[in-house]
Amino acid sequence: MISGKETLGLLLTMRINQNNVFLVLFLCLIMNFTHAIDSGLAFSDPKLQQRYETLISEIRCLVCQNQSIKSSNVFLAVDLRNEVKIMISEGKSNKEIANFLADRYGEFVLYRPRFKPNTIFLWLSPFIFLMIGMFVVYKVVRKKIIT
Amino acid sequence: MFPEIGHFALILALVVSLCQGSVSLYGAAQQNKDLITLSRPLAHTQSLFVLIAFACLVYSFVSDDFSVLYVASNSQLALPLLFKVSAVWGAHEGSLLLWILILSSWTTLVCLFSKNLPDIFSSRVIGVLGFLNFGFILFTLFTSNPFERIFPSPLDGNDLNPLLQDIGLAIHPPILYVGYVGFAVAYAFAISAMLSEKLDKNWAKWTRPWTTAAWLFLTIGIALGSWWAYYELGWGGWWFWDPVENASFMPWLIGTALIHSLAVTEKRGVFISWTLLLSVSAFSLSLLGTFLVRSGILISVHAFATDPERGLFILIFLISVIGGALLLYAKKASDLDKKVSFGAVSRETFLLLNNVLLVIATILILLGTLAPLVLEVFNMGKISIGAPWFEIAMLVPMIPLLILVTMGMHSLWIKDSSFNLYKKLRSPLGIATLVGIVIPTVFYGRSGLLLLIGSIISIWIIISSSLSLRSSWKNNQGRFQINRSVAGMSIAHLGLGVFVFGVTIVSSFGVETDRGFSLGDQISVAGYEYKLNSIENVKGPNYEAIEADISVFDGSELISHLRPQKRTYLVQKSPMTEAAILAKWNKDLFVALGDSLGNDSWSIRIQYKPMVRWIWLGCLIMALGGLIAISDKRYRR
Amino acid sequence: MKKHYLPILFFLAIMPIFFIGLDRDKSVLPSPLIGKKIPEFSLPSLINSELQIDSSELLNNTFLFNVWATWCVGCLEEHDFLMKLSESNEIPIVGLNWRDNHNDALAWLRDYGNPYTIIAEDVSGRVAIDWGVYGAPESFLVNSNGIILHKHLGPLDDDIWERDFRAIINDAN
Repeated sequence: MISGKETLGLLLTMRINQNNVFLVLFLCLIMNFTHAIDSGLAFSDPKLQQRYETLISEIRCLVCQNQSIKSSNVFLAVDLRNEVKIMISEGKSNKEIANFLADRYGEFVLYRPRFKPNTIFLWLSPFIFLMIGMFVVYKVVRKKIIT
Repeated sequence: MFPEIGHFALILALVVSLCQGSVSLYGAAQQNKDLITLSRPLAHTQSLFVLIAFACLVYSFVSDDFSVLYVASNSQLALPLLFKVSAVWGAHEGSLLLWILILSSWTTLVCLFSKNLPDIFSSRVIGVLGFLNFGFILFTLFTSNPFERIFPSPLDGNDLNPLLQDIGLAIHPPILYVGYVGFAVAYAFAISAMLSEKLDKNWAKWTRPWTTAAWLFLTIGIALGSWWAYYELGWGGWWFWDPVENASFMPWLIGTALIHSLAVTEKRGVFISWTLLLSVSAFSLSLLGTFLVRSGILISVHAFATDPERGLFILIFLISVIGGALLLYAKKASDLDKKVSFGAVSRETFLLLNNVLLVIATILILLGTLAPLVLEVFNMGKISIGAPWFEIAMLVPMIPLLILVTMGMHSLWIKDSSFNLYKKLRSPLGIATLVGIVIPTVFYGRSGLLLLIGSIISIWIIISSSLSLRSSWKNNQGRFQINRSVAGMSIAHLGLGVFVFGVTIVSSFGVETDRGFSLGDQISVAGYEYKLNSIENVKGPNYEAIEADISVFDGSELISHLRPQKRTYLVQKSPMTEAAILAKWNKDLFVALGDSLGNDSWSIRIQYKPMVRWIWLGCLIMALGGLIAISDKRYRR
Repeated sequence: MKKHYLPILFFLAIMPIFFIGLDRDKSVLPSPLIGKKIPEFSLPSLINSELQIDSSELLNNTFLFNVWATWCVGCLEEHDFLMKLSESNEIPIVGLNWRDNHNDALAWLRDYGNPYTIIAEDVSGRVAIDWGVYGAPESFLVNSNGIILHKHLGPLDDDIWERDFRAIINDAN
């Protein structure tokens, strides 16, 4: 019976190649989906609890195949959840927590991309496309009316 | 022996599909009647060989032939029969064979139901489909052969991934593929249209039922995947904006735009080039999705075995199929546009808006899915784009779209007036505003801007769809007549309203909490009481489990026993959480078992999900609407 | 009509990205700590629990900071290389024992050998987070000013050392 720690150890140290990638993926999945449940509420204040839950759902579990630290229980996820919990109780803002994590793990760890030069287009894109779209509709309809 | 037969049949299918493709297209180009009449028999032959190959693979699984590497990797002796069959498409190689089977099946259906089409046109369609299948069979035989043997053959297999040992996930891929692959028919029709001298004015009418059929299966397929993720993965989420999910959502959005665009082209002859482009794009996105999932280029929970060599093959195939079609489009589309006019307020305008907004949504999802890759390739950093971005981005085109749905449904063709629309829609809007505010505030105790917008708009759509449905039937001197096209359209939009309502309510009012329970403890969550009675060991066919017995009380009344499990599958030794759900029409109570905390104490996750079933119910209703629309008698002539 | 060429142009623009993307190694995550000063920490020594190791003590030489644990399969893989490295005296190796069992770790070193000059014991994993550690083994090359020059994820061996580390070490010295 393979233990959680051994599974994690295997996961973290395997070089992913085409022969074992499915195994790696599978190990990640099964580890995460079995244990991703805390032993209790992190905060008794519902507002703080809500903030905590939202934050941890927006932080990537770096050892997993696209999951947040909320839905994974590899010990990296547990450790990071703990950090977030501590930082919230210390009164840090969401921005400060995001900065803390990105300073150590890079932007990749945040599911909500921060406003940086390389993401400005990304955040503005919905509005840009909407305007282009409306312009196109306007042109087409105008042409059709005249004709 | 059977694997060899299957392998050989697949090789034969490869050869025949090449013939099917070349003979049909060449015959059409030369207007050679003899060659054209060969197209259908060739297609049927190819389908037969593919069916034989698939049947052989199924037989290998059912007969526990572990000398076949694919069977040994994905099955075991103790696996229940149902899952031995579904294991056929449980991994990359077999799922490709399923894809090929479904493409052949669609081709056969097209052969059978296209007798009313001109021979040259249908020959081209069959030819294109033949080449598509040729590409897939080639890919399968060269890089992903499910019939490969293993020597010495193991005594027992590796078992199917426990996550896939579930009825929902057993039928999800076939249904999804029927949808994905079905868009190939619209693609083939578009290519055929572009290759002809003069575009037949009935082209849109012919394409429509095929496209709607594919669309409705894709709707069900996606809904199944979402429902499965919800109950199987144990955390009550139903959509994660994972790249693979996005890969299935994009063809759906374009497919929806396509159905609407075909309606305009059929009715009024406009938007021809637009419809052609959408026809090509829908299947292109299906192919792109296939590439993304199997090449390892994106990180995803759902990704198949990742292999860059396979990725390269698919990419080249993609470029030929999509690039070829788009090049043809660039050359031919301008010849095809007609000069027809319509008013500023008219159904044409609304459908144009609808399509533009759906395309914007698709482009945004494509952007969000690919942007991390683009930035990485240009060494501009490695970022993640997840649900937080997607949710906000999608609201931008979707809210206007949802508001326009009611107007589009009720506006007249050619020319309407905003005053007319106002008169038709103001009562529904009034009622919807009232109900839309009352339900959240009175029944759930809270309100908020997005919540109210979602609530009011969804109810508005439901009411106005019902009115539209009402208008689809009439009593003609004692005889009951239904316009199935209008009825189907109304029902589909009704389904959309139901879906949006479900999403709005569950997003706003869902509750999720983790608690530690000792035996006998009773804890209250979102108005219900949960009591842990016992924890026992139970056995299943290929697993052992720890099962908790939890009583659920509404006030003092016992309403259910929920039994969540933590299973350990015997061969792969992997643990799995099976949540227990009490499903009602207007809410789900969801319980999942966590870890032992020592001293007979366990951590348990409890969720309250109001109106969550409406999400998948809405999808089913949408699909039903599509089905009714296809059955309209004008397609049976 | 020119506008009908837009779709194919758009398509041709995206395709190269996929080609290049296929080649990329997905598992490599660039560390934001490269070029920055090492995180400050103060942890007990694994060998002698009474002794406290402070990060400021390390700022004398160029050194290799290696994150390891007994449950980590790759750590065992690279262990021979680390032993060889420590015997060659090319560079001191500082170990961080990550989220491990104290006795298991000591036994492991007894059985396989100890290539480390100093080992800090990070039971809670708190310090590892400051270093941006997410998988073991991880190795950081730090210069005598305490600036992180390079990070390697996964087991080390001769080839990797030759290719990625040697040049940087020579520059640093």
